[in-house]
Amino acid sequence: MMANRNLTIAFFALMAFAAISPMAIGKAAFPQWLEVVLGGLMSGVLYSLVALGLVLIFKASGVFNFAQGSMVLFAALSLVRLMEKMPLVAALALTVAIMVVLALLVERLVLRPLVNQEGIVLFMATLGIAYFLDGFGQILWGSDIYTLHVGMPKEPKILLDNVFEGGILVSMEDVIAALLSALMVVALWLFFQKTGTGRALRAVADDHQAAQSIGIPLHRIWVIVWTVAGLVALVAGVIWGSKLGVQFSLQLIALKALPVVILGGFTSIPGAIIGGLIIGVGEKVSEVYLGPMLGGGIENWFAYALALVFLLFRPEGLFGEIRIDRV
Amino acid sequence: MIYRETGQYKTTYASDQQLFPILQDRVFVLALLAFAFGVVPFIASEYLFRAILIPFLILSLAAIGLNILVGYCGQVSLGSGAFMAVGAYAAYNLALRIPDLNLIIVFLLAGAFSMLAGVIFGIPSLRIKGFYLAVATLAAQFFIDWLFGHVAWFTNNAASGSVSAPPLVIFGRLFDSPAEKYLLVLGFACTFALVARNLTRGAIGRSWMATRDMDVAAEVIGIPPLRAKLSAFAVSSFFIGVAGALWAFVYLEAWEVLAFDVNRSFQLLFMVIIGGLGSILGSFLGAAFIVILPLMLNQLPGWFGIPLSTATIAHIESIVFGSLIVFFLIAEPHGLARLWAVGKEKLRLWPFPH
Repeated sequence: MMANRNLTIAFFALMAFAAISPMAIGKAAFPQWLEVVLGGLMSGVLYSLVALGLVLIFKASGVFNFAQGSMVLFAALSLVRLMEKMPLVAALALTVAIMVVLALLVERLVLRPLVNQEGIVLFMATLGIAYFLDGFGQILWGSDIYTLHVGMPKEPKILLDNVFEGGILVSMEDVIAALLSALMVVALWLFFQKTGTGRALRAVADDHQAAQSIGIPLHRIWVIVWTVAGLVALVAGVIWGSKLGVQFSLQLIALKALPVVILGGFTSIPGAIIGGLIIGVGEKVSEVYLGPMLGGGIENWFAYALALVFLLFRPEGLFGEIRIDRV
Repeated sequence: MIYRETGQYKTTYASDQQLFPILQDRVFVLALLAFAFGVVPFIASEYLFRAILIPFLILSLAAIGLNILVGYCGQVSLGSGAFMAVGAYAAYNLALRIPDLNLIIVFLLAGAFSMLAGVIFGIPSLRIKGFYLAVATLAAQFFIDWLFGHVAWFTNNAASGSVSAPPLVIFGRLFDSPAEKYLLVLGFACTFALVARNLTRGAIGRSWMATRDMDVAAEVIGIPPLRAKLSAFAVSSFFIGVAGALWAFVYLEAWEVLAFDVNRSFQLLFMVIIGGLGSILGSFLGAAFIVILPLMLNQLPGWFGIPLSTATIAHIESIVFGSLIVFFLIAEPHGLARLWAVGKEKLRLWPFPH
């Protein structure tokens, strides 16, 4: 255990060194570097948001939900098309209702018949759900690029201009998104720690059978978890959608969230958040300072490589449950 | 089937251990092979060869490879598309840089390169397990995609990033008609299926299955996990690499790295799961299912005379595909191969089940 912890600390020291190395080598000025790191933290928060949906479902039902990205797309598409016909609040409420119905359907039509199957079978089933949602969402709502206006400020702001010359450029959209995500995380934490339903969810996460034996209704818990994951997807969809426009490529952010989840640990909510920040900063710093040397385009795999190296030190991720194999 | 093994006594170990111990099975398989080699090339249409048979056989080969890793050794991989890419680009470069090399040897060497990549990316499996490993193999997928997309040497500095295969000349004979190509891939698929079947029956296959069922227990009874896991990665990526080379040279003929992206990996995984984990027959059934289904879905609106735009058809295809995946998993989580086995068992006693 001790050795493991030392390795983790060593890894973080290495990470921190790698992150500041562009300055140490003298290639980058401090304000510019700070801008990059801040940008990384902001996008990291957004990755965490998608990762959070994955972790919630995995914790409560042991399902590795590959459809989370498609749920983000579906929620964002629903919202943006409904907003054309009604005011924001009504559209939001209706989208929430749609996500609840979706959770009900998934539980009834997919999870219930597949109860007690192996993890890989459930994983493939969520891949099926992902295909279904991609096709269904685009038939229902159309497959163009839609702009989503929910009142996010688009103008970047210059901060700290009295400290550094020129100051640093920060996108206010990112700041608000980060704040929203932080709020979401706090709300989720309160829900999980302070409410009866949250306690039931944690019980199910710990041990399905034991939870069932003391009378926790497993099916209802799954519906709740998928609903919560759907709401998280909606928030992620709103933020990403207003940033990039609502389009098919939104569902690809699930692929960005996967390294976050394995780095943080599949079963840990704080892991998803800290993992997201690490991946966000790592990705941005490497893209800006390492990318030109390697010919660009490395952001597709860098996060995975980072997570992979980290897993060699700690195979359960940062805060994942340590598995003890017994024969 | 409607026959049983009554009266077929096994008097030697060899007859007990042969591949198909029942006479009728042997006859059936031989007849099927004779049909595939001797009759199909003369009766099938060009469309059947190009759109169904050739992709089906090549993807079956890749599915067998993936099945060795996922179904027999229990290591979930989402990077198989990348190993196909390694095979394709290795074959391209070998054929380009050593023009005199026999193409059969080129394909096998391409498999060897893919094997090397597979072993390298399989090393983490010694420490990482389960879904962590599945996601970690995505690192291989994205890294290799990037490598072939960005390092110009691999594509021989092709401006568009797309490369084309040389003509298929083997032993001085040009394989250019669909029937000849079909025979070539059929030969590969049958040979490799036989190799895979025998590997999985032997000591190495048993060590894979023990590792799959419980790796710690396997280690306790003396199976080195390093050797079992890495050999599974090696054999699996060899198969997938050969399939990738065939896919590029025989089926696509000109390709870019997008042909081997993460969707290809998912497609292969679908085949393995729908066909049946841990079954060679299942790999063929799964590949057939995944190849034929989209074609059927494409034709269906036309048959009913409903005019639809291509985008809508693509979306409907995606919906039906997703639903069918879920349906199949619910109906038979052990895949088509299990369905086949159950049917066979039922027919054995039919029509007098008592």
